[in-house]
Amino acid sequence: MNSRAQFNIQIGDELTWNVQPLLHEVRHALKQLIETGETAIIDLRSIPLAPGEEQKLIDTLGEGEVHAGLNALGPSEIIETRFSGVWLVTHYNEENSIISRFIEITEFPDILKSQREDMNEALDALEQQLASNQIADAAHTTSEADQ
Amino acid sequence: MTTDSSRKDMTLGEVLRSQGISRRSFLKFCAATASMMALPPAMIPKIAQALEQARRPSVIWLSFQECTGCTESLTRSHSATIEHLIFDVISLDYHHTLQAASGDHAEAARKAAMEENYGKYLMVVDGSIPTGNPGYSTIAGISNVDMLMETAKGAAAVIAVGTCASYGGIPHAKPNPTGAVSVSDLIKDKPIINVPGCPPIPVVITGVLTQYLTFGAIPELDDIGRPKVFYGQAIHDRCYRRPFYDKGLFAETFDDEGAKKGWCLYKLGCKGPTTYNACATTKWNNGTSFPIEAGHPCLGCSQPDFWDGGGFYKALSIPTEDITRDIIYASAAGIAAGVAVGVMNKTRKNAAKKAHQKTTIDDLEK
Repeated sequence: MNSRAQFNIQIGDELTWNVQPLLHEVRHALKQLIETGETAIIDLRSIPLAPGEEQKLIDTLGEGEVHAGLNALGPSEIIETRFSGVWLVTHYNEENSIISRFIEITEFPDILKSQREDMNEALDALEQQLASNQIADAAHTTSEADQ
Repeated sequence: MTTDSSRKDMTLGEVLRSQGISRRSFLKFCAATASMMALPPAMIPKIAQALEQARRPSVIWLSFQECTGCTESLTRSHSATIEHLIFDVISLDYHHTLQAASGDHAEAARKAAMEENYGKYLMVVDGSIPTGNPGYSTIAGISNVDMLMETAKGAAAVIAVGTCASYGGIPHAKPNPTGAVSVSDLIKDKPIINVPGCPPIPVVITGVLTQYLTFGAIPELDDIGRPKVFYGQAIHDRCYRRPFYDKGLFAETFDDEGAKKGWCLYKLGCKGPTTYNACATTKWNNGTSFPIEAGHPCLGCSQPDFWDGGGFYKALSIPTEDITRDIIYASAAGIAAGVAVGVMNKTRKNAAKKAHQKTTIDDLEK
């Protein structure tokens, strides 16, 4: 039993018709992406959706070939929907509550890219690792020579 | 190791980096922040750039005639990541509910924060201020008025959190025994941002703090001092039940067929048409729901004098053929129907306020 049914929260039989216009917005954005390369993001938290409408929208978009996960300040779920170029990006906090949800119309969501600052730190970390490996190797060689 | 004093000189980006927070995590934080501040997602890179360079401001939080609901709202918020980050990057130097120090030590912390950050700190206030007998509300023997005025002197800006601090709120309701007033009734020479609500939505509180932190300036305000980004539209205009109102489909009682079908709650006293807040989109409990979605009319808690508005369950007006006709005429004249209804309702609300003497059990049951 889902939580709404469990707590008897009312869900109107008639939806308030927000899903169809949103899908049209997605269609326009996808067309724009194909024709001009311009990306778009729709913040689902800024739209007054009726109970059940967000789920209906997500169900309609479905799941495509890519399903990626992040572990950055809590998990994030990045799904390419069954419509190529249309992504559903959901960010959770460390308590697994949704903190934001976007529909991104793009070839590849930016959040998945490695970031330059992180790569710079990674390079430092890798160089330190190599340096400490060399020291360890040198110590090992010396100790073998002593024996 | 990073000490607290050295962190004060660091930018937000440096603070987060020193905590091992990756750039990708920061971008996720910025995406959630843009959503929280009701800014378009296209602003995310600009927010990231501004937040990275932002410096850690000192915040002095004063609580006067209040129920601690505003602080509870903020600290019990479910989107812990954002709130924790915000509180990690601001220096909350005085908050007598949350701080460990008490008595003289607490007051010393307030004075020290004021001296160290004179002209730069943010003063947050929750609760109204009694202007009658100063003994109605004191902290460490200091009257609320004295503490407010003394602390305001060196503040860069003031954020009045909750309807009590913004407009007097429940202590100000008739007959207002303590002579309660709002922050803006007393402070005239500082920028004041009102963040009303009883309590305000947690992410609206943090959103306003973040907006100040990000852009270093107060946001655009409406005519009663509220940030337009959160309070720019009536609940009614953003309500998912609005299409039912437009079709004339109303719940008449809390258990009739209309209520079960989720129709408009206007006739059950909903104050959505005259109330400006972000509940219909931001919602509560981490976006789970808001009163109207749970089947209860909006009480109008982010409006001045909402407690004296004429009864929570009394309709602002009963939509009749006349109102429908007026709406049609208004629409035909090119005026948004919602605006026309809002104007009509404001007039009726004002009339109700004038006619109203006191709220009785009968009022609540109507």
